[in-house]
Amino acid sequence: MKDMTAPILSVDDLKVWFDVKMPGAWPWTKPRKLKAVDGVSFTLNPGETLGIVGESGCGKSTLARAVMQMVPVEAGNVVWLGEELVGLDVGQMRRHRKEMQMIFQDPLASLNPRMTIGQIVAEPLKTHFPGLSGAEMKAKVREVLDTVGILPNLVNRYPHEFSGGQCQRIGIARALVVNPRLIICDEPVSALDVSIQAQVINLLMKLQEETGVALIFIAHDLSVVKHISDRVMVLYLGNVMEIAPADRLYANPLHPYTEALISAVPIPDPELEKAKPVMLLDQDLPSPLNPPSGCVFRTRCPIAEPRCAEVKPPLADKGAGQEVACLLR
Amino acid sequence: MTNVTLNPQQPRTAEMAARMDEVKGRSLWADARARFLRNKAAMVSIFVLALVVLFAFFGQHLSAFDNETIDWDVLGNVEVLGKPSLANGHYFGFDESGRDLYTRVVQGTRVSLMVGVIGAAIAVIVGTTYGAVAGFVGGRVDSIMMRFVDIALSIPYMFVLILLLVVFGRSIGMLFVGIGLTAWLDMSRIVRGQTLSIKNKEYIEAAVATGVPWFIIIHRHVVPNLMGVVVVYATLLVPQMILTESFISFLGLGVQEPLTSWGALISEGVSTMNYGMLWQLFIPLGFFVVSIFAFFFIGDGLRDALDPKDR
Repeated sequence: MKDMTAPILSVDDLKVWFDVKMPGAWPWTKPRKLKAVDGVSFTLNPGETLGIVGESGCGKSTLARAVMQMVPVEAGNVVWLGEELVGLDVGQMRRHRKEMQMIFQDPLASLNPRMTIGQIVAEPLKTHFPGLSGAEMKAKVREVLDTVGILPNLVNRYPHEFSGGQCQRIGIARALVVNPRLIICDEPVSALDVSIQAQVINLLMKLQEETGVALIFIAHDLSVVKHISDRVMVLYLGNVMEIAPADRLYANPLHPYTEALISAVPIPDPELEKAKPVMLLDQDLPSPLNPPSGCVFRTRCPIAEPRCAEVKPPLADKGAGQEVACLLR
Repeated sequence: MTNVTLNPQQPRTAEMAARMDEVKGRSLWADARARFLRNKAAMVSIFVLALVVLFAFFGQHLSAFDNETIDWDVLGNVEVLGKPSLANGHYFGFDESGRDLYTRVVQGTRVSLMVGVIGAAIAVIVGTTYGAVAGFVGGRVDSIMMRFVDIALSIPYMFVLILLLVVFGRSIGMLFVGIGLTAWLDMSRIVRGQTLSIKNKEYIEAAVATGVPWFIIIHRHVVPNLMGVVVVYATLLVPQMILTESFISFLGLGVQEPLTSWGALISEGVSTMNYGMLWQLFIPLGFFVVSIFAFFFIGDGLRDALDPKDR
């Protein structure tokens, strides 16, 4: 590690397009392109937490999987610790997988029901450190389980014998066991109830403090993201709308979409909540198969002008680390 | 409000864990086994089937006769002299040709069970491999492989089987080929469907993200989760194979003399039932019906025990 401030991950103009076969089409008809992620750029510093928010179907999860090279990338670069990941073959990529781990949305579904939690947590170790002896592996597994607050003597239990929150901790233990430098959390708390959400979030923050791991935290719950993130990126239809330090984004949203999102966050006080102005967007999310020209948000934007249909707004620096993709702000 | 630690276990874990033994977990297999052992119909069926299998392997030792020697005294008057009798040691009487029916039934049971088990085994091995590959690889390979199965399934297989036996001669080997050609098709469809659903589970994704090589993913994550369905279907396939073989043998196309099977024995029994030699029909039929029932009950029991929806 030469430079602590150099980003560990930098993503540049990343595009992920999926082929979609129209129902009833001929086998030789050209499939249409679904632009799940369409030109996303960001950087991530060591030990930083980047929150990614956006409504469902906006490409949050696809972006995470593209960073992990789990879906084919159409164009763009993913540079991890100075090395380009796009185009690496499976074997070359495996070296990097040790350093970037993932936590999933459904805690129970992300654990193989036929394996004990000890075997599950040991799997990354077995994959990346095949030389470890059984006893060393066991000791490491027990240690990491203890870190996430699961009694280590439960190693021989099966996932269905645990609650959702416990399963998520086991998932975190599996990610932690190889001492990664980045953990991508794909909606890790969406499936948990609120009190358990707090436990898992606090655990993640504590672990980050202790190990200095960087987090990419995907969620659609804005309050959760605000709590855990250093910076927040707002995605809409596969495009970055705004990226800013968390407190700045919440205090001073510049993009109309961010404004609408933040105005929709409920306030846990009925009086304030009633008085709060909510900026409702009309219409539904346009189909990513056929995104609007120019700015993708213009069809639902309250302040859109004709010129928004012509140019795709680039991310413009507005000072204090806030970048916005809007022609009008 | 008191100040409660979010996770009260946390500070105590290390010392607590050091004092405690490792807790034994209950795997899904253990759960399924417990459910299966509670299923009375299945347990009785296992017992009955065990008796039938023992009968097939060791039954001939209980009789002083063999299945080839013709008793010339009885031949021609089987209706009167050939009745089942404990006194003369011919427990099941004689067959139409004056041979000891008991040892003939032992031989027929052996052949029928063999056809059932080997046929099902071929279907399971071929079908599972084919279906798992199609499902896991997916895409165009999957389409081509499954369209082939669709086409093969659209051919009336009994017709093909009879044609094979007529053209290439009636032999037990040809019977295996004929049954094997068709039986794996359903299996491959079931396994493919199951593989597709497992492939999209998050634990597979987690393994991919960790960098586990694909063959280990199949071995460690896909196959163990596939086993339940395969085991159930295989158990239900055995009686199906026995039924097919019996039907073919009943038509006179399957197992040939001097070999015999349940179907062939039942066929002989049917041809003589008008002369009052009903034991020649009902004894092999009894074995046949009881065994088929036992297989189906075990299959049902396994399905109830292993059904993922039950979890």
